[in-house]
Amino acid sequence: MTQLHSAAGEAGGSGATEPGVDQSGKKMTFGEGGLAFVFAVLALACITVAAKTHDAAYAFHAYLSAFASLAAVFVILNRYVDRPADLPAREIEGKPNYNFGPVKFATIAAMFWGIAGFLVGVIIAFQLAFPWLNLDLPWTAFGRLRPLHTSAVIFAFGGNVLIGTSFYVVQRTSRARLAGYLAPWFVVLGYNFFILLAGTGYLLGITQSKEYAEPEWYADLWLTAVWVAYLLVFLATLWRRREPHIYVANWFYLAFIVTIAMLHIGNNAAIPVSVFSPKSYIVWSGVQDAMVQWWYGHNAVGFFLTAGFLAIMYYFIPKRADRPVYSYRLSIIHFWALIFIYIWAGPHHLHYTALPDWAQTLGMTFSIILWMPSWGGMINGLMTLSGAWDKLRTDPVLRLMVVSVAFYGMATFEGPLMSVKSVNSLSHYTDWTIGHVHAGALGWVAYISFGAIYCLVPWLWQKRELYSLRLVNWHFWISTIGIVFYISAMWVSGILQGLMWRAYTSLGFLEYSFIETVEAMHPFYIIRAVGGVLFLVGALIMAFNVFMTIRQPDLAEAGTDLRHPSLVPAE
Amino acid sequence: MNETYRALAEFAQTWGLLYFVGIFLCVLAYALSPRRGKQFEDAARMPLRED
Repeated sequence: MTQLHSAAGEAGGSGATEPGVDQSGKKMTFGEGGLAFVFAVLALACITVAAKTHDAAYAFHAYLSAFASLAAVFVILNRYVDRPADLPAREIEGKPNYNFGPVKFATIAAMFWGIAGFLVGVIIAFQLAFPWLNLDLPWTAFGRLRPLHTSAVIFAFGGNVLIGTSFYVVQRTSRARLAGYLAPWFVVLGYNFFILLAGTGYLLGITQSKEYAEPEWYADLWLTAVWVAYLLVFLATLWRRREPHIYVANWFYLAFIVTIAMLHIGNNAAIPVSVFSPKSYIVWSGVQDAMVQWWYGHNAVGFFLTAGFLAIMYYFIPKRADRPVYSYRLSIIHFWALIFIYIWAGPHHLHYTALPDWAQTLGMTFSIILWMPSWGGMINGLMTLSGAWDKLRTDPVLRLMVVSVAFYGMATFEGPLMSVKSVNSLSHYTDWTIGHVHAGALGWVAYISFGAIYCLVPWLWQKRELYSLRLVNWHFWISTIGIVFYISAMWVSGILQGLMWRAYTSLGFLEYSFIETVEAMHPFYIIRAVGGVLFLVGALIMAFNVFMTIRQPDLAEAGTDLRHPSLVPAE
Repeated sequence: MNETYRALAEFAQTWGLLYFVGIFLCVLAYALSPRRGKQFEDAARMPLRED
């Protein structure tokens, strides 16, 4: 208990030391001095760029970065002045002194970005049904809001969940304090600053027009620095682990971190026009660029939205169900099979394009083979509940996570099916794809994230349980109905759309003009938007529940044992 | 160009295939080896441990 308290206290900045009082032996670390210096130089560079550029939006980003850099210098120095002479101990009385401050920040950030992303999703869903909602303004046009939505939900919401949970899980399963003093905060805050640059850039019209990789070169460079720090913090924490075995969730997190680094660099190999311009040109050309883009794009699905969240599954489901992993052997085979096969599946995004036929077939084949590791993992997750199925009745948090794994199974069945060329000829470019993506994103990624956050918040803030399990239940049912509305509307509209596009008259003319297919979509777009509203309402209920949980009195004050925070049965 | 493609394809279809099958067999051997039964049983309970 003590070590948890001290970890929490440390994050808020220790008040034990008088600022300005020279303590004997207190020295600034190389990291503190170095990072403050780097940020000071960066601030100067950004001000120079802001002064010389002709692009107003880019100047805004440069000023924003200069301001953030100066704030970083101030925070680092202030933290140094306030801290005691010794850095936080790795262990206190033989127990790991966990660092949960950055995890807390990422959890709150995930909740915030999640709601922002869902809200923008609802707005653009209504824009598709009622085009006047574009307001005839560039900043509110669908084309700019759509990447804002995708990035907010995938990278801002999902990314914060992944960084937060990975920092939590790697510490708990290694029984070691997170490596680095400033580094974990650099990762969490730096990543969220990247999100800010990306999101505001889209609204102002800065984009390199690559799906899921829209941010321009300077934001990409910044993310690269943050991501390398992330990898180093994660590896160094594993390195100092007290457990001989590296738990399987950490393998999944590691695969996610390493592969995203590789994909990000490969797909953003661009040369800026000048440092004073936000515009850059990619070094790949033509179909090679398309291939690299979808190698990136599909592995963003495979390693960001799958491997990372499977790590969450392998830690949080056993923990919440209080059952061991069903088959640890299967989890190892699941891991290696999944990462080796996923990396080849990208070409299925380019069926019937200029991409060579053999590459398309290769992508399709590997997509179909993916069925096996995906379902192996799903079975492993679901069967972890064996002996604890009754908990589904009483614990809505566990129910969220189990339904999430079921959606994972459904989406990974549908995906390979859609990658088959003949099915793809019907489904590609239609709403079926959108429905498929949302079955995975809302059903799998968001639900497992909600489950993890519902688990984490009482653990991190040392509360007995959530403020209200009944509200979790409401969240669960409202969102689930929302997802059903969403994906069934998109299935119907997608297949309808595909069939209308390929319908010929007896004379060989296309039967429908394009605008007729758009008109036919209208009712489904409304149903989809309503589904999105329900999903958003569920998330708002969750935010309220999380807020009220944090406001509850501490466990320590309530005088309860903290040893088994997750084992309190639901009412 | 065509020759390069053919050479690469031939390499991938033979050695590449063997390489992947080999790795997969190694993974299977590691995961299924009876010697590690106890170790994996412990590992499966790692999330449940409290310190």
